Amino acid sequence: MNDKKINAIEIKNVTKVYGAGNSSVKALKGVDLTIYDNEFFTLLGPSGCGKTTLLRLIAGFEDITEGNIKLFNEEIISLPPNKRPVNTVFQHYALFPHLNIYENVAFALRRLNKNKDEIERRTNEVLKLVQMESFSKRKPNQLSGGQQQRVALARALAPEPKVLLLDEPLSSLDLKLRQAMRVELKNLQRDTGITFVFVTHDQEEALTMSDRIAVISNGEIQQIGKPEDIYENPNNQFVANFIGEVNLLSGICLKNGENGSCKLDTGHEIYLVIPQSVEEGEAITVFIRPERITINKSLSEKSLTSISGFTYVGNAAHVELLSNNQIINATLPIDRVKDFKKGDLIEIEFPKDHAQVINK
Amino acid sequence: MNIQGENKTQNRVVALLPLWVVIGIFMIGPLLVMAVVSLMKSNVYGGVHFEFSLDGYKQILFDTNLFGEREFNPAYVIIIGRSFVLASLATIISFIIGFPAAYYISRQSKKVKDILIFLVTVPFWTNLLIRTFAWIIILGKGGVIESSFIFLGFINEGDTLNLMYTNSAILIGLVYSYLPLMVLPIYASMEKMDMRLLEAAADLYSSRISLIRKVILPLSMPGIIGGCILVFVPCLGAFIAPDLLGGGKKLLLGSLIQFQFASARNWSFGAAVAMVLLLLVILVLFFNARINKKHRDYETQG
Repeated sequence: MNDKKINAIEIKNVTKVYGAGNSSVKALKGVDLTIYDNEFFTLLGPSGCGKTTLLRLIAGFEDITEGNIKLFNEEIISLPPNKRPVNTVFQHYALFPHLNIYENVAFALRRLNKNKDEIERRTNEVLKLVQMESFSKRKPNQLSGGQQQRVALARALAPEPKVLLLDEPLSSLDLKLRQAMRVELKNLQRDTGITFVFVTHDQEEALTMSDRIAVISNGEIQQIGKPEDIYENPNNQFVANFIGEVNLLSGICLKNGENGSCKLDTGHEIYLVIPQSVEEGEAITVFIRPERITINKSLSEKSLTSISGFTYVGNAAHVELLSNNQIINATLPIDRVKDFKKGDLIEIEFPKDHAQVINK
Repeated sequence: MNIQGENKTQNRVVALLPLWVVIGIFMIGPLLVMAVVSLMKSNVYGGVHFEFSLDGYKQILFDTNLFGEREFNPAYVIIIGRSFVLASLATIISFIIGFPAAYYISRQSKKVKDILIFLVTVPFWTNLLIRTFAWIIILGKGGVIESSFIFLGFINEGDTLNLMYTNSAILIGLVYSYLPLMVLPIYASMEKMDMRLLEAAADLYSSRISLIRKVILPLSMPGIIGGCILVFVPCLGAFIAPDLLGGGKKLLLGSLIQFQFASARNWSFGAAVAMVLLLLVILVLFFNARINKKHRDYETQG
C-alpha cells in the first residue's frame, strides 16, 4: 500500500434525522470518517444502526441533515445522485426487468452519452470481468440470484465509478455462493483499484474482505480499524460482542499496571495489564476470546471448574465451562477434542497477553 | 393420482358453473339477441319481423335512391371514421394528462395518495348525463368560460367563442368522462413499481427525462395499455357527450346506434352497426393483446 494515502471520502460530523418533531428519529449522530483511495472499507453493524443510511447519503438518495461529505476533496452534498461519480450495488440488485443483461450493464454508459464503440467495448469488458458475457441477451428474471448479483456488480462497475458502494450485496445468496462471492469481490476490488464501501451486518464477511472496518451502532461509530485490530482489541463491549464469540468476565482489580492482576467472579485469579486509571478494588470487565483459553484435565478432585456443555462443530469443539456459577466459553482445537467430555473437571489457563480490561 | 386428477377437473367444472350462467345470461345472451336482430327485417313501428335479411348490414354501405337502384352511401363510413379519430384523440389526450397525474399521485405519501385516488373516483358518484350537462354550462353561450373571457376583456360582450357543438366540445366531454379510467390503471402499475429501480436509474446517471423515458414509461406499460383500452373502447361507442356537446349535428357511432333504436325505429340497422362496432373493438383488443405479450414476460418476475 502507498505511504501517502489519498482521501476518497471524507465524512465530517454527519447527522441524519428522519421525520420531524416528536416522531423524528436520529439515524446518524455526528459521524466522522475518512475512507482512503483503493481501500476495501466496510461499514459493519446490526440492522437499524445507520450503516445503510450513511451509504445512501454518500450515493445521494437521502438529504443530509447536518455535516459534510467530500469525494476526492469535492463537496458532493448538493449534487443529485446522477451527478455523483459513485455507483451502487443494491441489496436486491434492482436490475431493470424490461432490459436484457447487456442493456442493463450499458445503461449508465448510454446515459453518459458515450460513443457506440466505447459502450460496446466497456459493456463486454465488464460482462467478461464478472463472467456473464454469455448471458447478455437474457432478461434479469431468467437468471439465478448469484448471476443477478454479478450483473448488478457489472452494471455498477461499467461507468468506472470513483467509489463503488455495496449495500449488503451478498445477503440474499446462499452460504456457499456467499463465500465464493466474498473472494471474488475482494479480487475484483484489488484488480480494479476502485474504492469499495461495503455495508454488511455479517461480521465474518467484514473480517474476511475488508482493509478497514467501521463498527457502527445506534448511529454512532464505535470503532474504526483493521480487521485484526477490531477482533483483538475491541474498544468496548459492543464491538467485542458483535464481532465473534467472546467472554466478558466481571471481576475486581487487585493490582493495576503492567503486571496487574484481578480476581474474577469465576473464582480465578488472573494476571493481565490493567490501566493505571483503574483503582485497586474497583469492579472491572475482562475480555477474553474463547480460542485463547486453554484447558487441561484437572489433577485434583477439588477443581472448581467443570465442562457443562460440549458442542462438536467439525473443525473444533465449543465447550461451556462452569465455575462458581459463572459460564466461560472456550474453543478446543480439533486435535484435543477427543480428550474431553461433558462433566470433566478441568483447570483453565488464562492467557496474560490476550486478556484485557474493556470499557462498557 | 389419475382419479384424483379427473375429480379435480369435474370439481372445477361444477365450481365454475355459476360463472358460466352469469356470463351466459348477461353477456353472451344479449349479444346473441343483437346478432339475431341484426339479421332480421326491421319493423317500422319498432321491433323486427322474424324474417332473415341482410338489409341492416347493406344499409351501412349502400342506399336505395328514388329509382330503386342501390348506390354507395359514404355517410355511415364517415361516421365510423370520425368516431375512430375522436376516440383516438380522446385516448391520446387522456394519456397526456393521465400519465403525469398518475405519476404524481404515485410519488405522494400513503395518506395523500389515498385522498387523491379518492378524488379521482369522485366523478363516478354522479350520473354521467348530469356531469355532461355541467359542461354545457361551462362551454355554452354566456357560460363560465365565455363570461370570464368577457370579464377579463379578451372578447367583447355579445361575442361568442362558439365552443359548443364542435368536435372540440365532444373531445372535451369524452376526455372528461373517461380520464379516471386512464389514471387508475397507470397508477396501479406505478404503485407496484419498485422504487429502488428509480434510485438505481438515478445512480446510473439518468436525468429526470431519461428516468421517465427509459424506466418509468416501459415499466408502467401494462397500465398504459389497460388505460388506453378502457378509454378508447367506451369513447368509440359514447353517445352522451357527442349528443349533448356535439349537438347531434355530427353523428358518432354511439349516437347513431342509440338513434336507430330510440327514434328511427330501425332495430336491425342499429343492431348491424352495433355488431360492426363490436368487431372493431375486438380487432383493437386483438392488436393490443399482441403488443401486451411483449411486456408480459417481465411482469411475472419472481
